[in-house]
Amino acid sequence: MPKLMTSLQEVNPRVRGIRLSPQSGLHSLAENITRDDIKGAPQPFKELIDVSSGDPQRAGMKPISFIRQVLAVCLCPELLSDEHLPLDVRLRALRLLEACDGESVGSYTTSSGLLYIRQTIAEFIMKRDEGVPACAENIFISSGAQRGLMVIIKLLSGGEGPRQTGVLIPQPCPHALLPLLDEAGVLAVPYRLIEDKNWAVDMSDLERALTTSRGRCEPRAIYISNPGNPTGHLQDRKSIEKVIEFVAAERLLLLIDEVYQDSVYAPNKEFISYKKVLFEMDKHLRDTVELVSFHSLSCASVAECGLRAGYMEVVNMDPGVMHFLDTMLCTDINAPVTGQLALDLMLGPPSPGDPSYNTFVHETLLTRATLAQNSQRALKLLNDLPGMSCRPAMAGIYLYPHLDLPAEIKEQAKTLGLEADVLYCQMLLEEEGLIIGAGDDGTSGSHHLRLCILVPPDTLGEVLSRLSSFHLHLADRKRNRIV
Amino acid sequence: MSFMKEVNPRLLGIRDPVSLQSLAAQITEQIAQGEQKPFQRVIDVSSGDPHRAGMPPFHLLARLVLAVCLYPELLKENSFPVDVCQRAEKLLGACNGGTVGSYSASSCGIPQIQKSVAEFITSRDGGVASYPEDIIFSSGSQRTLNLVLHLLSSGQGPTQTGVLTPLPCPHTLPMLLDEVGVKLVPYRLLEERGWALDLEELHRALKAARKHCDPRAMYISNPGNPTGHVQDLQTIEEVIRFAASERLVLLVEEVYQDSVFGQDKKFLSYKKVLFEMGASYSDRVEMVSFHSISAGTMGECGLRGGYMEVINMDLLVKNFLMSMQAPCSPPVLPQLALEIMVNPPSPGDASYEVFTQEILQKVETLTKNAHRACEFLNGVPGMSCQQAMGGVFLYPRLHLPDEIIEEAKRSGLRADVLYCKKLLEEEGVCLGPGSENGHDDENYHIRLCISAPAAVLEDVLKRLRSFHLRIQERHH
Repeated sequence: MPKLMTSLQEVNPRVRGIRLSPQSGLHSLAENITRDDIKGAPQPFKELIDVSSGDPQRAGMKPISFIRQVLAVCLCPELLSDEHLPLDVRLRALRLLEACDGESVGSYTTSSGLLYIRQTIAEFIMKRDEGVPACAENIFISSGAQRGLMVIIKLLSGGEGPRQTGVLIPQPCPHALLPLLDEAGVLAVPYRLIEDKNWAVDMSDLERALTTSRGRCEPRAIYISNPGNPTGHLQDRKSIEKVIEFVAAERLLLLIDEVYQDSVYAPNKEFISYKKVLFEMDKHLRDTVELVSFHSLSCASVAECGLRAGYMEVVNMDPGVMHFLDTMLCTDINAPVTGQLALDLMLGPPSPGDPSYNTFVHETLLTRATLAQNSQRALKLLNDLPGMSCRPAMAGIYLYPHLDLPAEIKEQAKTLGLEADVLYCQMLLEEEGLIIGAGDDGTSGSHHLRLCILVPPDTLGEVLSRLSSFHLHLADRKRNRIV
Repeated sequence: MSFMKEVNPRLLGIRDPVSLQSLAAQITEQIAQGEQKPFQRVIDVSSGDPHRAGMPPFHLLARLVLAVCLYPELLKENSFPVDVCQRAEKLLGACNGGTVGSYSASSCGIPQIQKSVAEFITSRDGGVASYPEDIIFSSGSQRTLNLVLHLLSSGQGPTQTGVLTPLPCPHTLPMLLDEVGVKLVPYRLLEERGWALDLEELHRALKAARKHCDPRAMYISNPGNPTGHVQDLQTIEEVIRFAASERLVLLVEEVYQDSVFGQDKKFLSYKKVLFEMGASYSDRVEMVSFHSISAGTMGECGLRGGYMEVINMDLLVKNFLMSMQAPCSPPVLPQLALEIMVNPPSPGDASYEVFTQEILQKVETLTKNAHRACEFLNGVPGMSCQQAMGGVFLYPRLHLPDEIIEEAKRSGLRADVLYCKKLLEEEGVCLGPGSENGHDDENYHIRLCISAPAAVLEDVLKRLRSFHLRIQERHH
């Protein structure tokens, strides 16, 4: 009996073109292993550890109590009279509920998010940028920064063949970015970051990428993540100014992913937002450079990846175009309300004197300290392993070591039709029950790993131990030619 | 990107959402500032959002469980019903890292919950098997529908994918189709038969559509949004046969399946009917059915959670669906709420009594409201309303005086939009214009949500009548 929608020709060609990230392959493998485990098949390890993506809570990092408490009360207003909960928690919940339509988290909100929350976000931005004005009308809340980014990219996309929209993206880039561009029908134009300079932005490579892309596509935007994901690089003011001058000269839209702005731990380094730098440059630039910056709950200090909410702030965009942002977000109806509320709590935390303040500060400092210590510890171990070298990170929640793989692994990978670092990760998973991300190097021919280091210290210990055990074993195998 | 012409040309075609909501927000703000209005507050019954109209959250159980999942320390200090604690523990155990703050294990959702949903469907359909791997979660049925449409869409001009869509349809649907780049092909429902589906009309619509697009799917909402019509067995079978012979994928939105209140009416799932039609259909017809926590007895619109069940879809095609979902795993809390929705308390559970009460009350309110409102509206000269059998909307037809129609033309608005705007400004009641539901001719309708406390509904009805009589008088 013929099936109806079988032939792959009938699927939207753009969807067919979405590349599978190596991530999904690893996760299916992990699922199989877990299933076997449940069936009782013996495994050489006790349990799977996954540090391939930025999901600190999965690994055991604790959430911020204040946020969880307030959300619990918002969901269950009966708790407003629970005296075991701190007073500021209950007052904030009351205030947030009043801001919700129908005073309930169960009600729809406007598609760009509750106005009250967008105001909180605007206040946060102004405070962070020491006075540079921000207003709620330029802020759009979506279910995670990815969704916001998708909306903007779709807005830009259009054209086919040499007129297809192109977006410059860093190499390496966040692993979810490439499939997103594929789905939107936009061409990814990679510019290489300089590994030797701790993954700094290289203006000459940016220019090269742009020039060579013209003719193949119409480049219209540049995506940058600062702090870098997965590199951990933090741009200084000069670097940011150069990028801004570049986009102004080339009339590109600037897409800035600043999700890890709260995770800077290198000594004497500070995050400075693109918007702030822009506003301290020439009036001409200030008034014309178009910028969209992204932030979300999936950041370091809060790490509420499961709640799914983020926002974008739009600078110097034509109001007619901004109207479309809103229209497109309408098709989602709205971002989950609990996520929106969490944004308010993340960006408007307890103040000194509030009952929850001390706990909040303690929890935040602990996370920051854990991150810094983990980074240092992991960096040392990785650099001590033969065939591995890692640049120090200044911020963010990943380390991105370079892998020098033995020829045998590369051969084997070729025969299997895999990238060598993906094969490495597969073998690591099977032998040690550890899931680490394979690098996103595209065609550069070099290999890297990506591991999330915002995990409890004990877990990091376990991760490093399994990784070095596997890696050294690999080197041994090479010597004994067992591979 | 400062010029409008630089925006993706396809998006320029997305029809504008009617901005009554922002007007409502403005008026509310004005009242807060102390401005005098002929009413004390705005009542918004234009969308299927019971909370906005003042209904308390149902499923105290669900809210309690979610609160505990968010902040497990609550268990220490409070005495919650024992089944709340048990459920929370089980659900947290199903989450990655034992926390709601972690991404879901797979892009389709939390495996244990996929299993619960599959069990619910199997039980609902009297044994017709449902498999966890066919269940895909997302943030609301809009999003799941978006994914499937995106999968189907392709082509331009005469090869553009088309989707047969009921007229009237859910007010959020036309925009969605625009955004995905798929052509909306309307098939008229028969108002005089309580908004029933007509097979001949389906054939006509399809034939006409084939001239200017490539129709590949048919969208159905049952119980109907906004009509409240509940399809009978014969209708469902006819649709399935039609879809089979015309090679259309069925997209069945069944979010109001637990809100059927018409006398002697029962919800029948398309899947169940399909499987009782024998292998020649059940092996071939491709179908995706949608459900969510926004509707029915849960009414948790703001949380954004829903699922789709994919039936007879080629595995390779399904993989694409999953790969689209991949970068954005669905939010966790709504999945937990979904689990509670499909796996409610059983007799003997600590929360069973309270829960059953809530459901009974809710269905009773809805039933009473539907009858009261329908009767009331049919008594207003210049208005007529079909009886609703399910869902949360009523969709009365309006007779509008010529002057309103003229004024609307002059202001560049649709007449029903102008009507709703004036109603909002003069009476503080926000209803939905039928043009959002696809009625863009002289067949004027309005949409109102009847899932509201009885007193609120009464207020809405009185104001509506008063306004309607007034404008008819004004223009005589």
